[in-house]
Amino acid sequence: MKEFMNIVEVKDLDKSFGKLIAVEKLNFAIKPGEILGLIGPNGAGKNTTIKIILDFLKPDFGAVQVFGQAMNENLKDRIGYLPEERGLYKRLTAIELIIYLASLKGIPNDQAEARADELLKLTGMYENKYKKNKEMSKGMGQLIQFIVTVVHNPDLIILDEPFSGLDPVRTEAVQSIISDFRDAGKAVILCTHQMNKVEEICDRVLMMNQGQTLLYGDVLETRRRFQKNSVRITAAEEIGELPGVTGRVFSNGSLELKLAPETTPQSILDRLREQGVTITHFEVITPSLNEIFLKQVGADRE
Amino acid sequence: MNKTYLLFKHEFVQAIKKGGYIILTLFVPLAALLAIGIGQLVSSLTDPPIKEILDIGYVDQAGLITDLSEDGMIKLYPFGSAEEAKAALLEGEISEYIIIQDDYLITGTIQRYTLAKELATSPVTAYAIESFLTINLLSGNVEDEVVRSIVSPLMIDVIRLDDEGEISQAQGNMGNIIIPALYGFLLSMAFQFGSSSLITGLGEEKESRLIEVLNSSVSVHQLLFGKVTALGAAGLLQVMLWLASAPLILNLARATFEGIISEIQIPPNFIVLGIVYFVLGYLLFAILAVTIGGISSSTNDAHSISMIYILVGYIPLWSFGALINFPDSPIWVALSFFPITAPVQTMLRLGVSEIPVWQIAVSISVLILAIGGGLYLSEKTFRVFMLMYGKRPRLGEIIRSLRNSRSI
Repeated sequence: MKEFMNIVEVKDLDKSFGKLIAVEKLNFAIKPGEILGLIGPNGAGKNTTIKIILDFLKPDFGAVQVFGQAMNENLKDRIGYLPEERGLYKRLTAIELIIYLASLKGIPNDQAEARADELLKLTGMYENKYKKNKEMSKGMGQLIQFIVTVVHNPDLIILDEPFSGLDPVRTEAVQSIISDFRDAGKAVILCTHQMNKVEEICDRVLMMNQGQTLLYGDVLETRRRFQKNSVRITAAEEIGELPGVTGRVFSNGSLELKLAPETTPQSILDRLREQGVTITHFEVITPSLNEIFLKQVGADRE
Repeated sequence: MNKTYLLFKHEFVQAIKKGGYIILTLFVPLAALLAIGIGQLVSSLTDPPIKEILDIGYVDQAGLITDLSEDGMIKLYPFGSAEEAKAALLEGEISEYIIIQDDYLITGTIQRYTLAKELATSPVTAYAIESFLTINLLSGNVEDEVVRSIVSPLMIDVIRLDDEGEISQAQGNMGNIIIPALYGFLLSMAFQFGSSSLITGLGEEKESRLIEVLNSSVSVHQLLFGKVTALGAAGLLQVMLWLASAPLILNLARATFEGIISEIQIPPNFIVLGIVYFVLGYLLFAILAVTIGGISSSTNDAHSISMIYILVGYIPLWSFGALINFPDSPIWVALSFFPITAPVQTMLRLGVSEIPVWQIAVSISVLILAIGGGLYLSEKTFRVFMLMYGKRPRLGEIIRSLRNSRSI
């Protein structure tokens, strides 16, 4: 059942630089057609993890398997990597750079150019195809680097802050391309501080702090796990006292009800219907990843 | 397509498109042509020099002078006293005067009075005065032919023979030194430019993290080998262009200038050894640049550190004067065996002496070993330190990385 093989599998990974523990007992896996959000504060060990996967660094302990084998030169053509800090060969044009770096991934020039044209159009950069990189803005250069990362149609894409510096339109375009790769069965590691992007496109999340795993799992599951058992209601009439409610906060025209542990949101909704309250909005409050992140990192620091 | 070749091609094209490379490559033949052109222009615009006859007065207090008072372009006029001679000088009747004091035969000193401000007596005047005195002293005592022989400058026509007793192809005159000296200078310049260009390029790649993108596609070995050989090829192209333009420039120079230019010779084996040492030297300096660029925290740091080996590479040029005066010193042999100085030192030695074949063989072997070893070590250090930005590695870290690069 080769198609279910993990694209990346990290087991018991340890890495230190002198006395600094960069990564400790790290375990995770990425399947085909999955986007993993790798999040954490600066110095959490995300970058070290990426560099170990890419074989730039060797772990002190543990193992990394990429496409079912230890990372080696033959696998590099199947990987696309976008580092956080980026630069371009300034004297080359966009297309020259894309074709050159695609050729190092084993893609013939004509194929690279055809695929580059598609991606340039998708990102709204086609008119800059023959523009020298030194004449491009930071955001434009970033899009060219993103195209360089994916032009060879890699099976594993590692993106470090791919949205930083992009305007909303181009952010949307990049996000759409990433989703297309996921839909095509590719695996993506998305390293970002933009939690909303992780919520929007990631299937799983790995939250790290000080080299250790704080959270690892399905994004929706993780958010549900941190639900506070609260509901937010907007109604046409005033909502009176309800059993099983331990607190209520009114803000911005909505009422947030904190429920007792044994009370379910459904029971509140049923009671309101019985009371004949006209409800215009009813929401089970799940914390955002950002809230979870702040809470977890804060707790970890304490 | 082979990734090393793709890297090589990209780096080679980028290297030869750089302004510094184009300027240096074209500068050498163009500067030579310009110099020849200026020489031709000057000679066509300038009338043949009119040789002025110098009128020199003399006061013979020693009573040595007979009637021999003319020598070529100099005329000597007797004066009875120093005051008369001074008055004639001030009147402009003579350009200068000398006093031959009565103790001249004991002291060998004469006094020369002139209105001109000079650093020293011009060789022409000194020779004329000396000849004038010598002829007068010898007149009547030895035959005229002997006198002429004594006052005429000695001309030594050196003819070098080879081991077979035949006239050697390589005659040991000053014309032999010019090409090796120029070539040695160009080698040093090219090594410096090449090394500097590689450090700058590598620094940009490190600082922009392009190096990580490249390393996610190719191995460190492919990356470094492609870069180093591309720079070597760019250097080779440069030297081939210089050497190709050399015969034309030499012929033009010989037709324009007289004297030493007409004696310029290219030592035997110079072209072959010139190419070999250029390529090996270029590769060695490229590897040093890659190593320094790889471990340095910034491009500026790398340039500063690279000055150490670049300055060492200039030692043969700094000591060129000593090489001419003491061509057989063992120091030159030692410098020919030291990889950083070997290319320039050997090329300079070719112009001043015969280098035994075994010394050239040792010199080239040492260079090849240094290039191989350097590439191996640079790969190990590069792998470790390419990810370090803004942090200068300590010596201990570098040594540890050389022992076991895979652990970091």
